[in-house]
Amino acid sequence: MFLKVSLYISLVIFLIAFTYKVATWFRYKIGTGAAEIPTSTRFFSAVKGILSTIFSADILTLIKIFVLDVLLQFRILREDFLRWIMHIFIYGGFMLLLLMHALDKYITAAIWNNYYSTVNPFMFLRDLFGAFVIVGVLIAIYRRFILKVPRLFSNAMDIYAILIVAVIILSGIFLEASKMVAYSDYKRMVDEYSGLSEPEELKSLEAYWVKEFGTISPNLKGPFDEKILQKGKELHQSNCGNCHARPQWAFVSYGTAKIISPIGLGIDRAHLPSVLWYIHVLACLVGLAYLPLSKMFHIFASSVSLLANGVIGKEKLTPANQATLQAMELDACTHCGTCSLRCSVIMAFEEFTNMNIFPSEKIASIRALASGKELSPQELRHIQEGVCLCTNCYRCTVVCPVGINLQDLWFNVRETLLQKGYPESLVLSPLSFYRGLMKEETVPKDYEKPLIQAKEAIAAQCDLMKKKEKVLPLTPTNRELPSGLNLSAQAKTFSVCFSCQTCTTVCPVVGNYENPQEILGLLPHQIMHAAGLGLRDLAFGSNMLWDCLTCYQCQEQCPQGVCVTDVLYELKNLAIKQVREKTLHHMERI
Amino acid sequence: MMEFALFLGCTIPARLNQYESSSRAVLEKLSVGLIDIREFNCCGYPLRNIDFRVFILSSARNLALAEKKNLPLMTLCKCCYGSLKKADYLMKENAALKKDVNATLEKEGLKYEGRVEIKHLLSVLHKEIGIEAIKGKLVATFKKLKVATHYGCHALRPSQVVGFDNAVAPSLFDQLVEVTGAESIDWPMKLECCGAPLWGVNDSLSMDLTLKKLTDGKKSGADYVCAACPYCHIQFDKVQKMILSQRNVNHPLPSILYTQLLGLSLGIDRKALGLEMNEIPITGIEESLSKETELAEEKELAEQKETKEKTESNKE
Repeated sequence: MFLKVSLYISLVIFLIAFTYKVATWFRYKIGTGAAEIPTSTRFFSAVKGILSTIFSADILTLIKIFVLDVLLQFRILREDFLRWIMHIFIYGGFMLLLLMHALDKYITAAIWNNYYSTVNPFMFLRDLFGAFVIVGVLIAIYRRFILKVPRLFSNAMDIYAILIVAVIILSGIFLEASKMVAYSDYKRMVDEYSGLSEPEELKSLEAYWVKEFGTISPNLKGPFDEKILQKGKELHQSNCGNCHARPQWAFVSYGTAKIISPIGLGIDRAHLPSVLWYIHVLACLVGLAYLPLSKMFHIFASSVSLLANGVIGKEKLTPANQATLQAMELDACTHCGTCSLRCSVIMAFEEFTNMNIFPSEKIASIRALASGKELSPQELRHIQEGVCLCTNCYRCTVVCPVGINLQDLWFNVRETLLQKGYPESLVLSPLSFYRGLMKEETVPKDYEKPLIQAKEAIAAQCDLMKKKEKVLPLTPTNRELPSGLNLSAQAKTFSVCFSCQTCTTVCPVVGNYENPQEILGLLPHQIMHAAGLGLRDLAFGSNMLWDCLTCYQCQEQCPQGVCVTDVLYELKNLAIKQVREKTLHHMERI
Repeated sequence: MMEFALFLGCTIPARLNQYESSSRAVLEKLSVGLIDIREFNCCGYPLRNIDFRVFILSSARNLALAEKKNLPLMTLCKCCYGSLKKADYLMKENAALKKDVNATLEKEGLKYEGRVEIKHLLSVLHKEIGIEAIKGKLVATFKKLKVATHYGCHALRPSQVVGFDNAVAPSLFDQLVEVTGAESIDWPMKLECCGAPLWGVNDSLSMDLTLKKLTDGKKSGADYVCAACPYCHIQFDKVQKMILSQRNVNHPLPSILYTQLLGLSLGIDRKALGLEMNEIPITGIEESLSKETELAEEKELAEQKETKEKTESNKE
């Protein structure tokens, strides 16, 4: 009764949570394109897409992906053998236990009509599958906490996932072990199944079980007479042996039983087997009820992601399905860290302490963003910086074991945040090359806006640039500027500039304009001069800085050996750093 | 056999597969072994505008990985080449910088001593393999084909750091183009920038510079512009296509990757060279492949036909 009621309760919770989660796939909005599409359109468009895929030649691809990537998980194997073993053990062992043991009434008993959980091979297999899961969980703990796989971060969800699996399996093993030693369980079986009543016979059987199978009896203790044992063995074979394999077959539980045997009587007296039964059953039911809200939901979402991304390929999706796919992919992420391990810009983390630089950590932030949760200005800024610090190399997408198109996700979120968020100086670098290539396909109306905003944010900090007078006092100047240009030993060379203007003459950017100063502000030789004088505002506020091609013509031709391009690089670094610090500082004050 | 750690960078695997496949095919033909190191990250080039330390750490990490395997490193990208060279140079110049970088790399058990030789594909072809050796492997040459070589800024300059070729009058690339039988033309803007570093940052300026350069090449009589860098090539290919539609220009100068050009005269399968993958079609170039080989092919075909006919008649 208890089992039935609690099972139904947990099933109901599971279904509600499951529906809620799947509904978010159609509700969550990622990217500018998704904002205008109603949930119902997305739902019907997904149904249409799925149906048209199933009734097409793509079904063969789907079957192939299901076998290779979903069941056998070749994509994990391709990345890392140890991880594959770990995952196959946990998932394989758990699935088999679910089918053979938890659902035995419906599946195992239906297939084998002489099924008893106490006979072989079932008794043996149950422990074998349990052992698989334990080995898998141990590898998981080893990888996370001992081997310390680089850039693999453990959050609360990861620890919960390991814990719930461990509790289910360990409680199961201890349950079985405690039943092996418990006298009352032995007694119950004898009463129910043996039909023996003769005290002499009962004693012989009990002696045999105490000696051979680890039952701890309050009445009997070895050593036993050979004759009694012989008798017990015969009684066992005729009364119990048919339906009860030797408990040694359940090797993990039997080993555990041996370990706990010294306190066997106490275990029985404390009714530990029934306590453990409750723990085991409740852990399973909690695991089931909470599954859709936990990391374990990836069982469904990752499979969907693999299948969907496997057939979508390069074809263009409808905007509605694109939006749904990306929302679904947020749930498919298992937080395995492969993307962070292979990410091209991870070294940026050494300088910018922002967890959102790591692709694996971005997902959780984007999930919060997509759910419409109120995020603090800092959080938003960190997400924006995280998605912008990206060379668009597609490696995260290529290596993702569940096939998530991470690159497109970053691109989409980036565009939205760039249009709505804070001025982002990162766009003033070759990282924007890809954005430029994509502009015809993604066409944000305001393609130029983030670029203008970024330049304006830097110019806003350059008060001198706003002055109308052409003559500037040379004091006070920023003495820190010349000494601050020391990142690469070469940048200091600007001090030997004698303003011969060779750099400006050979600059192809300067050469592109009839009135270069109007458009570019200070020209290269003037920037060198401004740097020497400590006129920070003039150097940072000039468009020349951001329009530099870094073609190194100026530096190559400078008769004084000034590393002009390198100085420009360093000035850019300083300007970006100052804007970044100022924005962060401003946010902290709010 | 010569062996290199192949540094692909970010752009080639993501956006220019034909450069990777054609380079692999060409290098295989010329018996150069390539080792892939999966742990490589960004060379640091796009990060130089943003933060010096991020740039140098990214670059140094790659160098440390190659050094760990005791391999020289080959890039296909001029910007990767320039960045790695720059980082290597700075660390050799500045012991304190090297120490600081290594202190960070050590967290991953890495260290860079400065023993990695950094090469660009073109230097490997020119110096390690040599013009004569390439000549020996050719199966066809181009006739009446005029090619404008584009050297790429970050390979040429700053010359004291990169040491690729003479920065004022380079000839390495021209020799490599001429070995295929094509004529490498003189053109005034040969050593100018392709414009790619500003694409996405200041598109109109970037387009001005690209268009100026390509118009100059066209005016100088080039049939194709030839690059050996993903940024330059994409700028001359995909971006040129965008410029053509935006600025009403209708005489493109198509861009061919050097490995595609050389691959054709080495007789490599056109699929491996990805000839159809360029945005501005270059397949017309196959018509300029020399008559001798065509004749040879025709002869071969005729022979095949003959033997086929013979066997058929034998069957009868």
